[in-house]
Order: sequence, then structure tokens, then C-alpha cells
Amino acid sequence: MFTCDPPVAPSDATRPLLPGPGPPARVTMTAAAAAVSGRPLTMSRKRLQQLVDALGHSTKHFNKGEVECLIKLFDKLVAESSSRFAAAGFDRNMFRDILHSAFGMTDEMIMDRVFRTFDRDNNSCISVVEWVEGLSVFLRGTMEEKIKYCFEVYDLNGDGYISREEMFQMLKNCLLKQPSEEDPDEGIKDLVDIAMKKMDYDHDGKLSFKDFEKAVRDETLLLEAFGPCLPDIKSRMAFEQKTFRESS
Amino acid sequence: MGAALARAAQWTAAGSGTGTLEITPLNESLLNQIIKFVEDFSARHPREAAFVFKEPLEWKTQLDCSAFGNGYEITEATVQSEAKAKDGQSLLLLTKSTLRVRSFDQLSHVLQIAMEKKLKEVQACLEANRDPIVQILGPEYGTVEGEDRSILHLLEKVKKGGDPETEVKMKIFLLLHQLDLQLLNSSLKQISQDVRLNPAAVNNEVNLLKNFSEEGEDTVLESLEYTSDYVFSNGCRAPPWRQVHGEICYLVINPHDTDPLCITCSTAGVFLNGGQIDGKDHIDYERKSDVYKDIVTFLRERSPKFVENMAKQEYRFFKEPTYAKNFQRMGVVEAKVSGQSQSLHDFVEKKVGEKVKSSASRRAIEKKKLEPSMRWKNAGLSVLHRKKHITAKAARKDAEEDRRRSSTVSPKIKKKGNGISSESAKIQPASKRKTSARFNNVSESSSETEEDEEQPVRHHEGGTDLPSEYWGIQKLAKYLKGGNPTATVIALCSMKDFNLAQETCQMAIRDIGCLEVLINLLDTEEIKCQIGSLKILKEISQNTLIRHAIADLGGLEIMVKILDSLDRELKCLAAETIANVARFKRAQRTVRQHGGIKRLVGLLGCDAVGSTSLTPYQAKDTEMARCGALALWSCSKSTKNKEAIRKAGGIPLLARWLKCSHANILTPVVGTLQECASTPSYRLAIKTEGMIEYLVKNLSSEHEELQMHCASAIFKCAEDKETRDLVRQHGGLQPLSVLLANSENKQLLAAVTGAIWKCAISEENVAKFREYKVIETLVGLLTDQPEEVLVNIVGALGECCQESVNRSTIRRCGGIPPLVKLLTGTNQALLVNVTKTVGACATEPETMIIIDRLDGVRLLWSLLKNPNPDIQASAAWAICPCIDNAKDAGEMVRSFVGGLELVVNLLKSKNKEVLASVCGAITNIAKDEENLAVITDHGVVPLLSKLANTNNDKLRRHLAEAISNCCMWGRNRVAFGESNAVAPLVRYLRSNDPSVHRATAQALYQLSEDPNNCITMHENGVVKLLLPMVGSTDETLQEAAAGCIANIRRLALATEKAKYG
Repeated sequence: MFTCDPPVAPSDATRPLLPGPGPPARVTMTAAAAAVSGRPLTMSRKRLQQLVDALGHSTKHFNKGEVECLIKLFDKLVAESSSRFAAAGFDRNMFRDILHSAFGMTDEMIMDRVFRTFDRDNNSCISVVEWVEGLSVFLRGTMEEKIKYCFEVYDLNGDGYISREEMFQMLKNCLLKQPSEEDPDEGIKDLVDIAMKKMDYDHDGKLSFKDFEKAVRDETLLLEAFGPCLPDIKSRMAFEQKTFRESS
Repeated sequence: MGAALARAAQWTAAGSGTGTLEITPLNESLLNQIIKFVEDFSARHPREAAFVFKEPLEWKTQLDCSAFGNGYEITEATVQSEAKAKDGQSLLLLTKSTLRVRSFDQLSHVLQIAMEKKLKEVQACLEANRDPIVQILGPEYGTVEGEDRSILHLLEKVKKGGDPETEVKMKIFLLLHQLDLQLLNSSLKQISQDVRLNPAAVNNEVNLLKNFSEEGEDTVLESLEYTSDYVFSNGCRAPPWRQVHGEICYLVINPHDTDPLCITCSTAGVFLNGGQIDGKDHIDYERKSDVYKDIVTFLRERSPKFVENMAKQEYRFFKEPTYAKNFQRMGVVEAKVSGQSQSLHDFVEKKVGEKVKSSASRRAIEKKKLEPSMRWKNAGLSVLHRKKHITAKAARKDAEEDRRRSSTVSPKIKKKGNGISSESAKIQPASKRKTSARFNNVSESSSETEEDEEQPVRHHEGGTDLPSEYWGIQKLAKYLKGGNPTATVIALCSMKDFNLAQETCQMAIRDIGCLEVLINLLDTEEIKCQIGSLKILKEISQNTLIRHAIADLGGLEIMVKILDSLDRELKCLAAETIANVARFKRAQRTVRQHGGIKRLVGLLGCDAVGSTSLTPYQAKDTEMARCGALALWSCSKSTKNKEAIRKAGGIPLLARWLKCSHANILTPVVGTLQECASTPSYRLAIKTEGMIEYLVKNLSSEHEELQMHCASAIFKCAEDKETRDLVRQHGGLQPLSVLLANSENKQLLAAVTGAIWKCAISEENVAKFREYKVIETLVGLLTDQPEEVLVNIVGALGECCQESVNRSTIRRCGGIPPLVKLLTGTNQALLVNVTKTVGACATEPETMIIIDRLDGVRLLWSLLKNPNPDIQASAAWAICPCIDNAKDAGEMVRSFVGGLELVVNLLKSKNKEVLASVCGAITNIAKDEENLAVITDHGVVPLLSKLANTNNDKLRRHLAEAISNCCMWGRNRVAFGESNAVAPLVRYLRSNDPSVHRATAQALYQLSEDPNNCITMHENGVVKLLLPMVGSTDETLQEAAAGCIANIRRLALATEKAKYG
């Protein structure tokens, strides 16, 4: 069951350019990164304040208090783990545990993709900045941000298109196996056809970002068409309540 | 105290109407608090205590006249207080055993007199006046559930003008409100101590005890048995008339150490009853012991042996408890190691297996779902079988071939196929007309029958010619049934791309068994699947068959549950789908019974009303309110739902949304209001909550549907005078008259003319209408209209006709010929209105000429043969002015063959209004001597005499007039005397109605020409009654009274003369 890598190996050089982070985020990221570098486990009051200020500007969906809560949560989780990355942030496994326990996500491949989407600088470690900015979209993103985010998750090889094969990969565990079926993949292929027919507006046999965006604007349900990659309302509210109330 | 009385007090018969207060500890404490309040009232609040009630509180008292002392005038059977209200009526009046009290002063006095009977008196008073505040302050202060605005209105009034009376009213209202709260609080304390047993709990306890009961020393009991083996569907064993008292079942218990105990288990607890009488059949239901919280507690108290054996704890299980079987689980899911496939498996399991637990019918559906295409199997296209060998694509191709083959090979089947398509063509327009379907029942939408107005159309089963949509939907269905949420959502989105408004697709979804899956999806936790499913259900529920199928599959219950969801979009969709499904009675009932009304009303409760520019958040609120209102509109077709909406506090919310300016929400809101306006409580609320203003405002909306609902709401509400005035004050008459110009939209026209009709009952409104030339327009509309429009137009003209100016307007515009022509119609409501209007027009001699020329009187006369008493009465009333104003009336009447006999025979009717109207007609007929002779021959005298013993003032008046006129012929005077008409007539003089006095005096004067009648009158004390009338300002009465007395006196003198020479 454990599928960690998509069939087409992603190369770091071909990170998706399309839905990349906007320019203001870039600026503050460097500023915040300065504050992070060489950060000890317990941050000094002043540094924390700097980080909060920096992130408070870059993420428009959280206020300063909330940013502070998220940073504290990050520190707490990092401190609890004994991973070798602990000083810098979450590694893949830690992050997957968080996604599973806090947001009830189960699909290994999707969780892996969420990790990669959060991990903007591709160093296989999610820093505090990536954590806060990622959650900003994850929890409170606008429709536009969410469409970008989901497309990025589903575009397994990061080439800017969701191909038939990628769809097949994502949907292959969708159906209850029926013993009567001789070729179990047949049903999945049909499902891919159905999805393609529904969303491929320009009939080029793959989904571009434009196709995906149009399909979602048309029918919001298709936002998470290839697997749940956003928290549902209940776990989202539970998470926010727990995180923001606990420490404020 | 209204709320406390309505909710807390325990009434024996549920519902409104007459019930009695049970003597329970709770009620007793409530009553005692009320007594204390009333007793102290006059001392504490002297000013308020003097306030005179709007209506007296009236009840049957057990107090004796003699109990009243100082301050009261006591005659034989009546007691009056010396204190009087401004209008001269006594504040306390006791006649026979009926007590009427009009102030708190007097109330507390009554209680002081009552001494130990206090409790009884208060109980009787409250039983007779279920909501005393209505009597005290007026109907607008009645207890309503939910938000109560009356106090606010009152406060405004107090602020505006310093009317001391309003201030006192306000204070009383506040005091009563305080009492109410106090009562509720104390009753809450009581109730919280109460135990509520239920059949299941009792049954469990009995089963438990049975296990430890047997002959022998160690058991806790010897035996314990139900008295009845029959269990009602609600789990009770008590007969229904005892269930009303909360009793669940009766048990006979044989403990080791005492006599058999016969006990009653009721919702309030367990107690000893009177035991079985005459063997086993009857039980003395009377309570003989205290109430205990359960059987064990009861037995502990009664049987020491029971306690002892319980303490030993050496129980042996005698038999397997029967109910344990229920705990067995049905299916076991094969456990998988991977969490992911586990969750997928769970989801699918849920979708498919959800309903196994419920009833057998559901299980049948289950079977159908697992093996969805029974039909196909029959048609030899077993899909499951086929799937093994070939791919779905191939199957499709194959099937098309199959179809082609079948169409060429067997023409017979082809023909059958045609049959289906023609039928579906018939149904389709019906399902497409989604808005106009609502219009259809504007006028009789509120018919209160419980029948389903929507009969599902039987669909052809077993067609062979399957359209291509079946294949597409069949393919998607596979993913709905066997996919995880992701696959399900893709399939749902794709299914949405089919033309769901098309009958073929709707039927395909049903026949393939998708409907069950869609409904089961609603019962999962997956919001995206729920939304997707509802988006499809919303569309296909435009179809009647689908609506019924959804209701049959229990879809409404789940959708009602979804209304509690956190997701707004989901809630909106659920409400919209409910709006579509709940178009028939059974569905409306289901929504109510599962608490749907309360939740739907809840959707209206948000705060985006006032603002014009909406934030996205408010826009969502508005959307939610719109969907809620749509669903309420559908549901409000049932009377009980109207009540439920009111109880859920829906009225103030509807009133709030009425103030907004978005037509898309106003339409369902006003639609609901006009639907509900058929009940008095809504009409009162519409008036007092200031909704008329906004109804009037929206008459000028751009949306015809909205205009129509507003007009129709005014139509229903304007029976009330204050409402009519409000419509005028808010300038509603002008837009109504403008709307008459739009004569194309018949539904709108019907509503508008209806509103005009009811508004025209007020003279001031008629004057306005005249200004707007409404009468001319209405006359112009008299031809070529549907009957429901005509009824209203003619009704409106009838109201306008009360004024002479308008009568001549109608004549001038040529309204008489079409009106007379309508007399030949058959619509009952129309005939009542037409006869009334023609009658009113006939009061003008000039108009009468036209009516006579058109032979209108003959038509009116023929309507007397109509079996409907309303039409009979209305026709007879119309005949009166006709005879009065026609030239050669006598000749005309005689020319109707059998007409006079017909009229006389109508005196045998049972209907008071018919009798009064026929008496009126006879009064006029008798003016012609020849006709009087004819009706005398037909036996009018004994028939009239028979009616004499009536209490109805209207009938009395016209009867007296008829008698007076009929005296003019032959020996009719003597005949009236012989048939005992005289004595009752004398009693009429005691009536309160001056017009009765006048008619009676005239009749008596005529009758007094006969000496025997004089003697009868004198014996009945006529002189004493007539003497004050001689002094009346009414000259006719004066003269008649004097004439009558003179005749009696003359007779007396003559007798004396004869006696003493």
C-alpha cells in the first residue's frame, strides 16, 4: 500500500512554476528565514516577535496572535519528535503523522503530495515559515488559492499538467475490489475517462491548470476531484479551535 | 400566565378547546400561586385593580347569591356589583350560576368570598378562559410562542401619547408577565423532580424481574404478569383511552408475603390501582397509593420479602432474556490492515449497508439496490452476467444492436415502446412547469383535506426500448455503489451533466436503483458526497414520481437531519430539495413529524435583512433564508404545519424578511404568508406585526408572482376591518386598481379582484375605489373571465352597490346585462355573489326596469330551487327589492307558475338565513292582496306560526313583518291566534334589537284587531312591555304600540260595558 513516489520521478529543477508563491511572500520569506537560521529549540522572545511580525505581513489569512499560536505549535511538535531534522522542522514522516492525526487524512500518496506542496524550497523539510504559509492556504485559502494548491498536489510530476497516468495513479484505490472483475484496472480506466471527459475542456488529453480552474469554478465539488487534500469543515474547526484557543 | 398555563399545567384533553385541569400536585401549586397573586392584587396595585377588562372573565361558579354581602345588589337569581364600569355595566354579574367579572378588584373579592372553595373557583375560571390575558387586555395580547411583539407595540403607544389607560394596561401586562415567569419557574422545579417512564423502560424492568421470579423461596417474586397480552404499536398495553392519561400498562404481581398487587405503570411512575374487577376484564383505574419511580422501588416499599431476597444476591437466571437477541450484529466487515482501504471499505459499507437495520420494506429496497436492474434481467439483458465477459463499452454497443434488432424483428414491442414515449411526453411538460405548478392552486391552495392532491402517475413497467441515457447512468451508478468518496464525487459531477430535467433520465436514475444510493449517500458523513447527491436530487425531484419515491425511501427524514449540518451550502440544498419533495400531504406531514419545521424556521433566523448591499457572508445568509422559505412555503399547505411554523416562532422571522427588497426571497416569504393567512392567528399577526405595509409595498413590485401573492394575502386578511383600514392607510388601494389593467395573467387578476372585493367591505375604501374608477373597470371585466375571477369581481361589485352612486355607475356602464346573464351559471360561490349584487342593484327603480326587461326576476326565482341554502337565501333576499320596485309587481309574481308555492314551501327549511330571507320575500309578496290570498291557500299562516319560537333576532324581525303583512287577508288574524303565534311574539318585545321591536309592535297591532288575540297578549303581559315603547322616538313603533294598546283597552271597555250594561 505504501506508495511514496509517483511513477514519473520529480526532479527538483522542474518545480512547478505556474502556481508558485507570489512575490510578496518571497520577500518576507527571506526575512523570516534570517530569523530562523540557526534557531535554538527555544526561541528568544525577541526572535519570536520578529518572526511573528514577518509572517504576519506575508500571510493575509492569519492575524499576529494566530501566527504566534502556529509557531508555538510548530515548536511543540518539533520538540516532541526525536527526528534528525528536528532542529529545522518536520520531515516527511512527521508531517504525515500530523496530517493524519489532525485532519484525518489517510491516502499515502496524497499526503506525500501535500508534504511536497508545503515544502516550497524542496529540501524535504518543512520550516516554520513553510508551515505557517502552507496552513494559510490549507485552512483559510480563497477559492483561487485553493485551486492552485490542489492542482499542485495533483500534478504529480510537476510538469503543469495532470495526465491520464497521474489520474490513474491517484484514483487506483478508489474502487472496492470485486472478485468477479477479471481486469480490476478496467474500472479505474473508465473512471479516468469520465473525469477527463468532464474536465478536459480543450480536448488535449490532459488537464492544464486552465482546464482544472474552469472545471472547479463550474462545479466546486471538483476542487478535490482526485482525492482529499484539504481538511473537512469539522477537523478544520477542531484544529483551529484547539490551536488558537489553547495558547491565546 | 398564558405560557405557564399552556405549557406547564396538565390538561386532561390535549389540544385546545375545552379541557379540564387535572388535580395534580403541579396544577395545585400553580393554582395556589395564581390565587395568591389575585388576592394580593387589589391591595398592592390599587390603580391597576380598577382597570376594566376588555371582556369579562366568565365561568360557572359554585358560589351562592347569598354569599355576596355589602356592595352588591342581590335579587332572586342575580347579583350585581354596585361598582360599575364607565359604560354602566356592572363589574360583577352573577346570573343563575354564570359569573362574569370585569376587574381584578372584583376577582379578589370573589376569592375572599369563596373561602375554602377558592381553588375550585380559580380552576373553573381558568378552564373556561384558557388564555385569560386575551379577556383582560384583548386578543392581540394572547400568548404566542416565540417572539412576542405585543409588549413592544404597547410600549410604543405609551411613548407616543400619555393615555393613562395604555399605561395601566402596560403595567398589568408586565405584572401578568412576571406571574407567568414565576409560574414557569416553579413548575420547572416540580417537573424536574418528575420521573418519566416509557414503555421500553417498563418492559425491560418487567423482563428483568421475570427472570428472578418463580415459585420457591429464593426468588424475589412469585410471579408478575401483564394484564393484557396485546401491545399497541407505541409499546403501550393500556387501552387508548387510558393512554391519554399517560398510562402504559397494568401488572399483577404476586409477592411471597402479601396479596397480589395490581399496579399501573404510567409515564408519571408506578402506583397501586383498584385491582381487577369481575375476573380479568376490567380494572379499577383509580390510583390507590403514592407514585413510585419504578417497579422495584414500589416493591421495596410493599414487600419486605422482596427486599430480603434481593439482598441475598443469589440470583439464578431462569431464562435467557428475550431482548438480548437484539444485540446481535448483522454483518461483520472483513478487517483490513491498511487504514486507507479500511476507511474506503467503511464508506462503501455505510452506503450500501446503512439501511439493513431498518424496517422490512427498507430491506426490500436493499435487495433491489444490490441487484438494481431487475427489469433488465427480465428483458434478458443481465448486466452482471454480461460484465464478466465484455467491457462496458462493448456492452453498450451490443445493447444498441439488441435494440435495433428488437425494433425490426418484433413490431409488437415497438408499438409498446411508442406507448411509453407518448406517455412520457404527456408528463414532461408537467414536470417542466415548476413555477406555474405553484400558481395552480392559488385560490384553493389551502383546502384542508388530508388527501394527496398529487396522485403519482403510474408508469409503464417492463418497456423494452431503453434509451441511451440508461447506459450512461448505469455506468456511473457503478461508481456510486462501489467507489470511495473521490470516485463517488466524480461520478456525481458527471451525472449532473445529463439533462436531469428530462423524464427519461429521471426514470433511468430511479429504475437503475440510483435513487436509493443517492439517498443513502445523504446519510454518510461525507459532505462532498452529500452535496453532490442533493444537487441531483434537487433537479430530479421536479418529477412527481421521483418525489414520491424519495419520500418512500425515507429521504425526507435524512434531509431534515442535514438541516443541522455546519455546511451552509449543504443546508441550502437540503432545504431546496425538501421544498420540491414536500408538495404532497404525506411528505409535508413527514417533515413536520421529524422536526423539520423548526429547523427550516431556523434557516430564516439570520441578520442580513436590512442591508441593501450584501457582504458575501450575508449573501449566503440570504440564500439560506430563501431556501428555508421555499421549503416552508411547500410545507405550509398543511394546516398542522401552519401551526407548527407559528409555534416555531416563524411569524416574526417572516415579518423581518418581508422588509427586505430582494424579490427572490420575498416571493417564497409572501407565498408562505398568504398560504398561512387562511388561519386566524396568522391574520391577526399579519395585522399586528405591521406586515400589511410591506404587502402593499410589494404590490408595486416588478414580479407578477410576488404581486399575486401579496394581493392574495390581502384577499385573505381583509375580512378584518382594521386590516382593510390599514390597506387604505398604506395606500394599497391604488396599486390594486392599477393591477386590474393586467387582465392577461388570470391568477394575478383573481388575487387582485379578491383583494378589492374584501377591501370594498369598508365604505371608505369604496370611496377611494370610486376615485380610481375601479367600478367601471370591474364592469368591463365581467365578460370572458374564468369563474374564480368572476366570483371576486361580482363580489366586489356587490359590496360597492351598497351605495346608490355606484349602483347607477354600474347601470350606466352597462353592467346589468352581464350580471343578469351570470344568473344562469352553475358555480355556487358565483351565484351567491351574483344574486346579492343583482338584488342590491334592484333597489334602484331605473335599474329594476332593465332587470325586469331581461327577465332577471324569473331567473332569481328559479334559483330558489337550488339545493344550496346560501344561494336560496341570497336569491330570496334579492327578490325582495325586485318586488318592491317592479311595476305591476303583483302581476309579475303571479306569472311565475308555481312560484308562490315554492316560496311558501321554503319556510320548511332548517337554515335560519333562508327562513329570514323567505320571510322577507313573503312580506313583499303579501303586499299584493291577490298574491296574499294565494299564499294563504298554500298554508303560509301555520308555517309562519311554527317559526315563532325562535331566538334569532334577524328571523324574528322578518317573521314579525311577514306576519304583520299576512294579517290583511280573510281570517288570517284569527288563524295566527289559533296556531299560537301571538304569545311568542309578545316575548320578542324583550329583545335588545329596536328593529325587532318595531316589526313586532306592528304585527301585534294587526293581530290585536281580533279580540281573542288581545286576551292572549294581555295574559302575556304585553301592556307593560308596550307602554315604554309608546314613548319611543321611532314614530312607526310609537304608533303601532299605541294602536295595539288602544285595541286592548277598547276590548276591555266593551267587555265592561257588556257586563255592567
